[in-house]
Amino acid sequence: MAVKRTDPLAYQPGMAIITSEILDKVLKNVDNYDYSKISARDVEEALKKDHLSMKDYGALLSPAATPYLEEMAKKAVIETRRHFGNSIGLFTPLYIANYCENNCVYCGFNCKNKIRRGKLSLAEMERELEAIAKTGLKEILILTGESRHHSGVEYIGAAVKLAAEYFATVGIEIYPLNADEYAYLKKCGADFVSVYQETYNLDKYQQVHLSGPKRVFPYRFDSQERALMGGMRGVSFGALLGLGDFRKDAFATGLHASFIQQKYPHAEIGFSTPRLRPFINNADNNPNDVHEQQLLQVMLAYRLLMPFAGITISTRERAGFRDHVIGMVATKISAGVRVGVGGHEQEEKGDEQFEISDPRSVSEVHQMILNRGLQPVYRDYIRV
Amino acid sequence: MKVNGKEMTLGNNQNLLQFLEVNQFDVATLAVARNGEIVPKVTYETVTLGEEDILEVVRFVGGG
Amino acid sequence: MTDQLVIGGHPFNSRFILGSGKFSLEIVKAVVENGGAEIVTLALRRANQGGEENILDYIPPNVTLLPNTSGARTAEEAVKIARLAREINCGNFIKVEVIKDSKYLFPDNYETIKATEILARDGFVVMPYMYPDLNVARDLVSAGAAAVMPLASPIGSNKGLSTRDFIEILVNEIPVPIIVDAGIGRPSQACEAMEMGVDAVMCNTAVATAKNIPLMARAFGQAIESGRNAYLAGLGRVLNQAEASSPLTGFLED
Repeated sequence: MAVKRTDPLAYQPGMAIITSEILDKVLKNVDNYDYSKISARDVEEALKKDHLSMKDYGALLSPAATPYLEEMAKKAVIETRRHFGNSIGLFTPLYIANYCENNCVYCGFNCKNKIRRGKLSLAEMERELEAIAKTGLKEILILTGESRHHSGVEYIGAAVKLAAEYFATVGIEIYPLNADEYAYLKKCGADFVSVYQETYNLDKYQQVHLSGPKRVFPYRFDSQERALMGGMRGVSFGALLGLGDFRKDAFATGLHASFIQQKYPHAEIGFSTPRLRPFINNADNNPNDVHEQQLLQVMLAYRLLMPFAGITISTRERAGFRDHVIGMVATKISAGVRVGVGGHEQEEKGDEQFEISDPRSVSEVHQMILNRGLQPVYRDYIRV
Repeated sequence: MKVNGKEMTLGNNQNLLQFLEVNQFDVATLAVARNGEIVPKVTYETVTLGEEDILEVVRFVGGG
Repeated sequence: MTDQLVIGGHPFNSRFILGSGKFSLEIVKAVVENGGAEIVTLALRRANQGGEENILDYIPPNVTLLPNTSGARTAEEAVKIARLAREINCGNFIKVEVIKDSKYLFPDNYETIKATEILARDGFVVMPYMYPDLNVARDLVSAGAAAVMPLASPIGSNKGLSTRDFIEILVNEIPVPIIVDAGIGRPSQACEAMEMGVDAVMCNTAVATAKNIPLMARAFGQAIESGRNAYLAGLGRVLNQAEASSPLTGFLED
């Protein structure tokens, strides 16, 4: 039975429209990005530069750059050390709810999935926060599924206020909000906002985001800008690599972040690099598959494009990968991670969004960072 | 009347255009401020000057 | 492929902006033509009575005039000078310079931003002369500047690119043309600025104080063109040979 889907460009009630040129600029440039035309010479040219042009950035993301991964890594180490020294930031996520109104075909929280749903009460949240704080962490990322109905802005605000009592830095990874709502959460104590576009290809976007608020492509795209308008200190970007053409999506992600940085020079910029893993033993060698090599290429390209940006390495990756990319390209790592609702102190109240590959505790990750000659950092600024 | 800091005599009922022409200023390549206000060129003929007016008459010279 | 300099929507083939101060009118035309300049700056001064020679008669007709606001010590004065200049009917380009330091002749960035905002709103193509500061350059762009003109070193000092690193940051970050102004003493310095990626160079004293002024103008024109070509060609640097696999990326699996 054919289902009529809504226009992904049409705003839904309650979504504030802001005036911004950035979406058009990104999409136009991505349209013109043809990585098949990039040569080894272009890659070498880009590697010589201290400041990448859009073309150079595209070259580093191209298949032609594959033989130059080591060169890129060498350059990335220098840039990462120059901007971050030895420091590696530690944090953990806390899922406070997993209700979701979106039908996204790739996601465990998909509203059509029959999983166990739940949300933490304030008392439960406090127990979780206390337990996490005891591990020594000073930075926390509050997450919800995307449901205004079950986890409204007030509820998230209460969680942020509580978190700010236990943690020096509070980030949020929740559904996109209007600027005034971001301002409210900023007032509650949140400083950083992560929103991932997943894919910047509109066709692909509408194929995988079938319904719910997330289907509205431009509203999601402008989230970082609204967050900064609301006074947030920093914003993070990410494409779910492997969902569409990962090279084009990574290209778009970098441009999106660059344009935001140019327009809001005070904003701290962060990248995350979630990926859909290729099927193991997949006989069809799909060029869009994101193996570790491709994942690293994207991370390196982000680093060389924006040497000052924070890059977070997810627990979706195995310990061996995570340990090698910190200091080289990543500057932030999560530890002691639970991806169900709660689960740090009490039994999980809801099921996980995805499986993690690195279950190590905070103290284990701390020790690993030291062993690699790096410095674990728990807080890098004080809220005044 | 003061023009570029110097006292000058004003003929009877001279408008700005007449004044500039009589005194051999090159009207096409100058601009005039009268009592601190810029006078649009199209109105030169309709601006009647008075003894108390202060004019600045400027033009382009070489400069970086 | 044409490589044009575009300022406020107006295309130019030459990237040499010539300052017309400090030399006699008879050679203006020769200097402009020898240097290949398409933009010439002018100043506004009090006119005298009776048949003076006029610099406008010596500037070839295809050249864009860029009056400056020299003499202005505040934004308000700069705005007034700009509006007076426009009454002469030679276009709407204006080089904003606001200087209240008589020793070093450094531009006052704060007043310059204010003047730029007013004049851009008033329909001018505003090209502000500024001390190279990234935040100021951003504010100038937001205020409507069509280009920014950072100084290389103090006006007339001929010291060259003293502010090189800061101008390079502007080149990387600022979306409008960057035109190096003031302090360029030799063609080689103009060339160096162009190699670095600035969009144009403005020069006056170094040309005007040469023994053979038209010849020096030619030398600057060539140096600027040469530097531009070097920038477009991409400067070389030794790069290690790429390696297939090695310590840093040897950990990859799947």
